[in-house]
Amino acid sequence: MSAPTTTSTVLAASGVTMQFGGLRALNDVSFSLNEGEIIGLIGPNGAGKTTLFNCLTGLYTPTSGTVSFRGEPLPGDPALVTETGVARTFQNIRLFPSMTAEENVLVGRHVRMKQSPLSSLLHGPGFRRSEREARERAAELLEFVGLRRVTDELARNLPYGDQRRLEIARALATEPSVLLLDEPTAGMNAAETENTRQLILKIRETGISVVVIEHDTKFIFTLCDRVLVLVQGELLVEGTPDEVRGDPRVVEAYLGAPPEQVEAQIHEAQEAEEAADHGAPGEKQLGGSS
Amino acid sequence: MSILMSQIVNGLILGSLIGLIALGYTMVYGIIQLINFAHGEVFMVGAYGAVGTATFVLPTAVTTQWWFLLPIMIVIGALVSMVVAILMERFAYRPLRNAPRLAPLITALGVSVALQEAVRVFYPEATAAIPFPSIFIPGALVLPIGDGVPIQYSGILIVVVALVLAFALNTFVEQTRLGRAMRATAQDRDVARLMGINPDRVIVLTFALGGALAGVAGVLYGNFYNFINIDMGFQNGIFAFTAAVLGGIGNIRGAVVGGLAIGLIKSLAGQYLPGGGAYDYVWIFVVLIAVLVFRPQGFFGETERVRA
Repeated sequence: MSAPTTTSTVLAASGVTMQFGGLRALNDVSFSLNEGEIIGLIGPNGAGKTTLFNCLTGLYTPTSGTVSFRGEPLPGDPALVTETGVARTFQNIRLFPSMTAEENVLVGRHVRMKQSPLSSLLHGPGFRRSEREARERAAELLEFVGLRRVTDELARNLPYGDQRRLEIARALATEPSVLLLDEPTAGMNAAETENTRQLILKIRETGISVVVIEHDTKFIFTLCDRVLVLVQGELLVEGTPDEVRGDPRVVEAYLGAPPEQVEAQIHEAQEAEEAADHGAPGEKQLGGSS
Repeated sequence: MSILMSQIVNGLILGSLIGLIALGYTMVYGIIQLINFAHGEVFMVGAYGAVGTATFVLPTAVTTQWWFLLPIMIVIGALVSMVVAILMERFAYRPLRNAPRLAPLITALGVSVALQEAVRVFYPEATAAIPFPSIFIPGALVLPIGDGVPIQYSGILIVVVALVLAFALNTFVEQTRLGRAMRATAQDRDVARLMGINPDRVIVLTFALGGALAGVAGVLYGNFYNFINIDMGFQNGIFAFTAAVLGGIGNIRGAVVGGLAIGLIKSLAGQYLPGGGAYDYVWIFVVLIAVLVFRPQGFFGETERVRA
């Protein structure tokens, strides 16, 4: 089931199982992400997609199985995971609502900045240099995601689409090798979705590997190199978009209907979900599996 | 006229002192939503630590020179309070991090009593008021208004130090890596952790900063009133807590403005309202209630809690 492990594997899950009481949210999930690859993660609601992300970022400790980063086991603490080089965004946007766009990105720089407390208090030269560099980098990242114009706006006042892109900029600020995007186009119109697709391709060009959770299968099939289908906590199918699209098991798992209807119904499900969880930033909801 | 002016001056001096203590209440609340009722005692302990060091540790060559002794006492007061605040967080509050909110609140009351009793038991003669060494130039600047309005130098020192420290703290929180980490932790602790921030370290830092400011306030208080006593923490702690709520709890500027407001209300109401000084507490809490009725989030508070 898992892809052959080569030297270019960045992130690998092996036999990851996550049990919540009597519920097995993930069952023996294995996959590997290669350098510069974009992987799509799809599956019906409750399949365990977000739970998998939580396991990959140290928010959950898998009941069994391991997650490794460039061959080393990933630390169990989210702060250390970030330092190692795995960053993520959230299904329900979780920016720091009362900080500006720039400040949100600067918080993302936290692990890559060095400021001694004394120098910070006295505004010493070391402090000023590190602060200037961080702000320059933040400006670049905001430019990169197209948000330079809202640098000083509070995150909570930004339009929905901008908030999603700001979350991506904040994740990129941690200088990740792997970026995990949880429904980056949820609630976006066609034009915004296309922008996001272009943005993810641009991110890959900078050498970052990406895993995307999305319900929009058209988006996934046109963006990703490989697609994983998660159903009831199990990795059902893995393959190229073409292989996955035509796979009868996927069709059946989704709805038990022929492919043309599947896409239509997936769209319906997606719209229903959008209506249900148009979450505001700061909303507390980490654990919900999509 | 000169009476009004002196009362305003008194109000600003007391208000600056209260604001300095209120910063500790407001920062801790901003980060972990705990009203740290033991914070007033941190202020008291700083004053006793500084006086104890000056009385029993420092050689007289040092203690006779105010320009030498004053900075030393301020630093020692800050350090003693900081250490007490850090230990308090580490051993009293951190084990209760995930407990219901009432548990740390009651613990805070317990810590408060414990600190008072510890000083009462271990500090020599602490059952009575302790005279504070006269360490700053005694005397006053006299403003040429009416019959002349005296402003004690030790009072001017309080206002200047309080404003400088509040300004420095605000700059620290707004514009440095650790300050942003504090605000991020206050807004969303889980996501802050995902950004590589260690919330425990940020929380200790918050207690340490608030404690240091309270310690400085303790020394300045002793220097202004010439006496310190075991109850000073309770009384001023209540004022400072009220100031933090008045200004909008969780907000740094709010704490300072709230402190100044309380100071002015206390001195002006004591002078001009019926009942005089006997009722100054009453007027403070009347204003607090009025503000809470019409603007529950305080002067600067936002409707959602947000900043450190």
